[in-house]
Amino acid sequence: MENRLQSFLRALGKPMVTFFMRLGNLTMFIGQSLYHCVTPPFYFKLLGRQFLDIGFYSLPVVGLTTVFAGMVIALQSYTGFARFGAESAVASVVLISVTRELAPVLSGLMVAGRIGAAMAAEIGTMRVTEQIDALRTLSTNPFKYLVAPRIIAGVIVLPILVFIGDIIGIFGGYVIGVYKLDFNAANYINSTLQDMETLDIVSGLVKAAVFGFIITLMGCYNGYKSRGGAQGVGEATTNAVVSASILILIFNYIITELFFAK
Amino acid sequence: MEEIKIKISNLHKSFGKKVVLDGVDLEINKGESLVVIGGSGTGKSVLIKCIQGLLEPDKGSIQIDGEETIGVDEEEQNRLHSKMGMLFQGGALFDSLRVWENVAFGLIENQKMPRKEAKTEAIRVLRQVGLAPDVADSYPSELSGGMQKRVSLARAIATKPEIIFFDEPTTGLDPIMADVINDLIIESAKGLGATALTITHDMASARKIADRIAMLYKGKIIWQGSVKELDKTDNEYVRQFINGSSQGPIKVEI
Repeated sequence: MENRLQSFLRALGKPMVTFFMRLGNLTMFIGQSLYHCVTPPFYFKLLGRQFLDIGFYSLPVVGLTTVFAGMVIALQSYTGFARFGAESAVASVVLISVTRELAPVLSGLMVAGRIGAAMAAEIGTMRVTEQIDALRTLSTNPFKYLVAPRIIAGVIVLPILVFIGDIIGIFGGYVIGVYKLDFNAANYINSTLQDMETLDIVSGLVKAAVFGFIITLMGCYNGYKSRGGAQGVGEATTNAVVSASILILIFNYIITELFFAK
Repeated sequence: MEEIKIKISNLHKSFGKKVVLDGVDLEINKGESLVVIGGSGTGKSVLIKCIQGLLEPDKGSIQIDGEETIGVDEEEQNRLHSKMGMLFQGGALFDSLRVWENVAFGLIENQKMPRKEAKTEAIRVLRQVGLAPDVADSYPSELSGGMQKRVSLARAIATKPEIIFFDEPTTGLDPIMADVINDLIIESAKGLGATALTITHDMASARKIADRIAMLYKGKIIWQGSVKELDKTDNEYVRQFINGSSQGPIKVEI
């Protein structure tokens, strides 16, 4: 009896200790990252490169994702709402679902796959090949040089990407609405503009900023902590994408609750 | 009495239950070239990383120029780092930067030298380690292993450090290239009048570049002396190591 209890507690204890150790490590990492985001020196050239990598080169992915999301929502809501004669709501359903949910969440997940993985792999490789140690021996703080530019760029760029995604997504819905479902173009645009509320768009952009933070943080954190050669870097890459994706979905709910719960 | 540059006393470092450094005492004189030898996994790299402040030891003291370096703040750490240069085992060149940007990194980031001037200086240092100016604009991945080692050496000495660390400088090089690197290490350390600390298990390299040799075994310095004394010692551990024999007091843990 005693033994079974002991082994049960032991089985429970070790993962718990590991969990809290990781949580502590992550918290410290966040604290350090934030501190170095707001204190000089700033590496503007590196920041610019990240803007390009995270923002500009993600445009095709975000554009494709959101245009099809808008299209499918138009089609789904039209056929679904036909059951209770509410087809006319298609324009506003597209507007609300794209700006509040689809553009930020889908863009977030796509960018997590694209950028989170690349960051973890790059920083992870720098870690295992001692390039991060080399930075430190050259009196350069790796948080300032590697982490801060990525996080700052992520937080600024994601809302811009999502805003563009909003427009493209609504346009996707418009194309289906007008060319497939035979809505009158003027009416569709009118009802889209009429139903547009600042809060829908702002809440989506706030989500995007938070997602940008999560993606870059998870990419940097997992890369920074990677150990043991190619395998370690591979694990870091996977962890960066998986953890960022899960956190995006969790925070998506939390932010929605904060904005819209009555 | 010679001036002591680095003084390490009673240094301890463990990772979890694994004790790596178990009370290291070591003194390195100014301008001296000390080589620490020891088998793989005896904590040579950990020792060097503790001295550089890349790892925080559990216990003990490390003094550089008589000042304690453990637990200093970031600014002080940066000041200490500006006195040091390091040749990493795998080179650790920044692969997103060109060769000259690698070499000039410390000059630009730390000494705030203008880029143009830093590039001229980088090319000068590259020439010093036997590389033609036309490699300056290539990326590290385009170079051979031996050339990467040279670039890494150039980066380590570009800021004219007072202390240079060499982490297994000849590992992975053919014997001739290894000897070329040995010569460059001696040249550059003597040229700068720098204190050099090398860790290696390559005895040919150790004999060539060392003024003094110390052997690390099971987390302690078990022997130290000049190269001449090395061949006369009756220390069983040292003799087994320099003869490269599997028979003797050192058991290989698998």
